[in-house]
Amino acid sequence: MNMTTSRVTLAHADAIPDNAPVKVKAEGVNVFYGEKQALFDVSLNMLDRAVTALIGPSGCGKSTFLRCINRMNDTIVGARVEGRVEIDGQDVNARDVDPVLLRSRVGMVFQKPNPFPKTIFENVAYGPRIHGMTSSKKELADRVEAALKKAGLWAEVHDRLHSAGTGLSGGQQQRLVIARAIAVDPEVILMDEPCSALDPIATARVEELIDELRRQYCIVIVTHSMAQAARVSQRTAFFHLGKLVESGTTEAMFTNPTDPRTQDYITGRSG
Amino acid sequence: MNEHIVKSYDEELTQLAAEVARMGGLAEAQVAACVEAVAKRDVALAEAIVARDERLDAMEIDIDQRCTRLIALRQPMANDLRRTLSAIKIAGNLERCGDLAKSIAKRALQLTEIEPLTPLTGPIERMGKLVNARLREVLDAYTSNDVECAISVWSSDHEVDEHYNSLFRELLTYMMGDPRMITACAHLLFVAKNLERIGDHATNIAEVIHYELTGMPLTAPRPKGAPL
Repeated sequence: MNMTTSRVTLAHADAIPDNAPVKVKAEGVNVFYGEKQALFDVSLNMLDRAVTALIGPSGCGKSTFLRCINRMNDTIVGARVEGRVEIDGQDVNARDVDPVLLRSRVGMVFQKPNPFPKTIFENVAYGPRIHGMTSSKKELADRVEAALKKAGLWAEVHDRLHSAGTGLSGGQQQRLVIARAIAVDPEVILMDEPCSALDPIATARVEELIDELRRQYCIVIVTHSMAQAARVSQRTAFFHLGKLVESGTTEAMFTNPTDPRTQDYITGRSG
Repeated sequence: MNEHIVKSYDEELTQLAAEVARMGGLAEAQVAACVEAVAKRDVALAEAIVARDERLDAMEIDIDQRCTRLIALRQPMANDLRRTLSAIKIAGNLERCGDLAKSIAKRALQLTEIEPLTPLTGPIERMGKLVNARLREVLDAYTSNDVECAISVWSSDHEVDEHYNSLFRELLTYMMGDPRMITACAHLLFVAKNLERIGDHATNIAEVIHYELTGMPLTAPRPKGAPL
């Protein structure tokens, strides 16, 4: 008898087609910190208008990988990156790429909100101003307003734009930092555990924001929360001991992962 | 498989599977007993089966509650999630098997009040044994995580169907031959139909086990017996 089994593809509102355009492409990436190798031959495609979650135990190299995308490893003494990271086919490590310009295309949000010790307005206006993106005060104000609206913060801060950014709550600060990142029209947004310092309500707000933003940007998020990876991402990649073990649709990764190491990690077993 | 870092999580999952196996044991016993009650015209046994069905209902509720708790408190993923969902589904199928056995027991009670149809006792018993064996095999597949065994149960359901079809034809012959036998035959027809349905639940359980163990549904066309 002809016995066949097939993976059922579920019609899902969040489904991203497999042929969706690749925004960020990593190929054979190795990273060394001095003598120690932190990443081993990592190749991963990150799709445009989708959230890719990087998961794995502490020290597995997921943050290191994230930092390759906007060349944050450049700033670490003794760090060396091999292999190729492309954004829209362009090598980010090419000699003629200005890391400052690169980082305006690739925004980054960190674990702890890090607003500048300036007003809310100045926090968001800073990027467009240094990149010379606006030619008048009105234009700048519009850009700040648009970014705050996109970050879902406008309604909460529009009447106190000139008070200190650091006076906001943790969740608001994180959304302020996201507004600051999107004010310079990035194409890719990197997030390194953006919710680990936030309470569940603030976390839900940021997750809702991520879901809004992914319709426009390529988002790559590092998270320790399996549930968060499952909630916000469409693609998930699992790192272990500096290697990319497995990547795929989030649904497949969380219902039926292929590699036993992935299974052990996401189900909370000791490998 | 490696153990969970949180030991109590492992214990809860093990307990859950043990409860499903225990419920399976009771359902299997009910099915075996109801066929015996029909064959031996045993009133006491039939009444005991009807009374015991409540226990299966309570076990299903208990398993559902354990699963709800596990999902809410542990957020199971991957194989753990599949194991939890399959416990709910298997318990549902077993509960239906219990209902069908209870219904057969009730017919056994009514059959004791009319003339016995001795020539048909043998075929009914044989069909009952076959169905019970399917149920036992599929529950063994569950407790031993044996996907091959589950597939074997799944692909042999046509044997039960063939038994049912042959009994159906035989009963029709009796009814046409002597209208006074219609009451007994109608009861036996329902008995056979219920047994056939229990066989279907065993194949449903086989499908659930396959998904639990492999993460993939069984989708091939199942071998079918000849149509009536």
